[in-house]
Amino acid sequence: MANVTTPIKAEARDLNFFYSNGARALKGISMPLYENKITALIGPSGCGKSTFLRCFNRMHDLYPGNKYQGQIVMHPDNTNVLDAGVDPIEVRMRISMVFQKPNPFPKSIYENVAYGLRVRGENNKRIMDDKVEEALKGAALWNEVKDRLHDLAFNLSGGQQQRLCIARALATDPEIMLFDEPTSALDPIATANIEELMVELRSKLTILVVTHNMQQAARVSDYTAYMYLGELIEYNDTDKIFTTPSRKETEDYITGKFG
Amino acid sequence: MEHRASVIENLGEVRAMIKRHKRNDLLFAGLGLLCLMLGLVTLMLLFWQLIADGYPKFTLDFLTEFPSRHASRAGLLSAWTGSLLVMTVTFVTAVPIGVAAGLYLEEYAPKNWFTDLIEINVSNLAGVPSIIYGLLALGLFVYMLGFGQSILTAGLTLALLILPIVIVSTREAIRAIPVSIREAAYGVGATKWQVVYDHVFKYSYGGILTGVIIGMSRALGETAPIITIGALTFIAFLPPAPITAEPPFLNFEWLSSGFTVMPIQMFNWLSRPDHAFHINAAATGALIIVVTLLMNGAAIWMRYKIRKNIKW
Ligand SMILES: Nc1ncnc2c1ncn2[C@@H]1O[C@H](COP(=O)(O)OP(=O)(O)O)[C@@H](O)[C@H]1O
Ligand SMILES: [Mg+2]
Repeated sequence: MANVTTPIKAEARDLNFFYSNGARALKGISMPLYENKITALIGPSGCGKSTFLRCFNRMHDLYPGNKYQGQIVMHPDNTNVLDAGVDPIEVRMRISMVFQKPNPFPKSIYENVAYGLRVRGENNKRIMDDKVEEALKGAALWNEVKDRLHDLAFNLSGGQQQRLCIARALATDPEIMLFDEPTSALDPIATANIEELMVELRSKLTILVVTHNMQQAARVSDYTAYMYLGELIEYNDTDKIFTTPSRKETEDYITGKFG
Repeated sequence: MEHRASVIENLGEVRAMIKRHKRNDLLFAGLGLLCLMLGLVTLMLLFWQLIADGYPKFTLDFLTEFPSRHASRAGLLSAWTGSLLVMTVTFVTAVPIGVAAGLYLEEYAPKNWFTDLIEINVSNLAGVPSIIYGLLALGLFVYMLGFGQSILTAGLTLALLILPIVIVSTREAIRAIPVSIREAAYGVGATKWQVVYDHVFKYSYGGILTGVIIGMSRALGETAPIITIGALTFIAFLPPAPITAEPPFLNFEWLSSGFTVMPIQMFNWLSRPDHAFHINAAATGALIIVVTLLMNGAAIWMRYKIRKNIKW
């Protein structure tokens, strides 16, 4: 299976999740995220990919009545991010997220990227300027916006907005970045840009990406997990999943027999 | 061949049907326009009537003179200053309380039967006849708290009256903010207060402001509750000035002063048998309408300015 020398950045251990209506959306998921690798989550719509992803940064805490069971342990510090004693804000400072639809704030390009720093109390303009520039470069957006940093973010194209959201998530040097179908609202060229960017970002951080697009998973990821009805059916190297899946369900899904 | 003929026949039917539906569209649009016009024209006529009747009184003197037994000399001075001061009290109390209550209900309050109950009640309060507020204020502010028949009492009464409007519009403005924006802010590690202050409040204050102004313009024209708490109808003095020449420069005695407001002055003049006073009343009515329209215009303009930068 996985290369034994690659360190694990985080791992889910027997993770269950219940929405406030009692629905059990995740059923005993155990799975590693390898450091500086891209892990893709695939599976038919409604199988729990977003639910799983959003456990990592405790997004479910925003809505009352949701319940986690099990652990997501981060390394090297062995912190269980789901532990009630761990502040979700601390978790979100370490694990940032890019959403399905670009969701910039109705603020300037600069302020969008700087917001994560402001939240941390940073207000030294020089440091801020540097970090914003670095993040925009990291998100391959700097050249397009460097002359209009104080324009509204809404004036950017959809693909640029999504890269801005990546810059925003990047500005605070997270250890893990979560992507929830980051290209589903974008055209093919913008999609290609984002995919390329994810591959570049891999050297800086660990990535978990949900995608409903199997080609995308095959193109960008190192590891792939196939989920179905809240369960993890198969997890393996992306190559193996797409060439020699060990489970019949996985094969049916990736060959398009269902899904 | 037969098949082609039937296609053409079908097409004819489809076209006839579309034509029929279009006619219905037109009919409804016309009906709607008529209803709109009925309302608008009636209002315009009333407004025009007020202007035509009050025209002789559109003078500066009318604003700088106290009321008088002589219709020709009577002015609005005590009434408009009274309105201004009462509205100041209303603004200063209703806005912070209403906005804070709306923010709390939307952002902080747990969702349970108790907050549901509060929610239903707040909405219902907006429909309570204003004279009921007057009665409540008479008991609470005038007698129990001993504020007397003062500007303070009137301002607080109107504040209560418009509180539901401010609360409801605050909540609606907040609800218009998409979940995705909140999640984006929480996602980078913002605390609840940071989300509320940096985002929720900033993106909703255009809507909040609109609600505040609509509430204030409602308060400006309210008469019944002010009469109930015992506003005077004939006032030939001004309340003590809020700003003084000597330290501490601010003076709060005006809060406990007796007062009148524009709609009451208007009501008073209207109830005189002498027709000359009716001119004054019409001029006052026109002024109230103009101020109200200006306030609403300002609300629309500000909302436009603020919303321009926000697209969702
Ligand atoms: N807020 C919610 N409350 C209750 N059930 C939910 C909620 N969000 C999603 N679900 C359910 O959880 C399951 C997984 O949803 P989701 O994680 O969004 O799937 P995916 O991202 O794989 O399409 C679905 O059956 C969905 O109906
Ligand atoms: Mg999803």
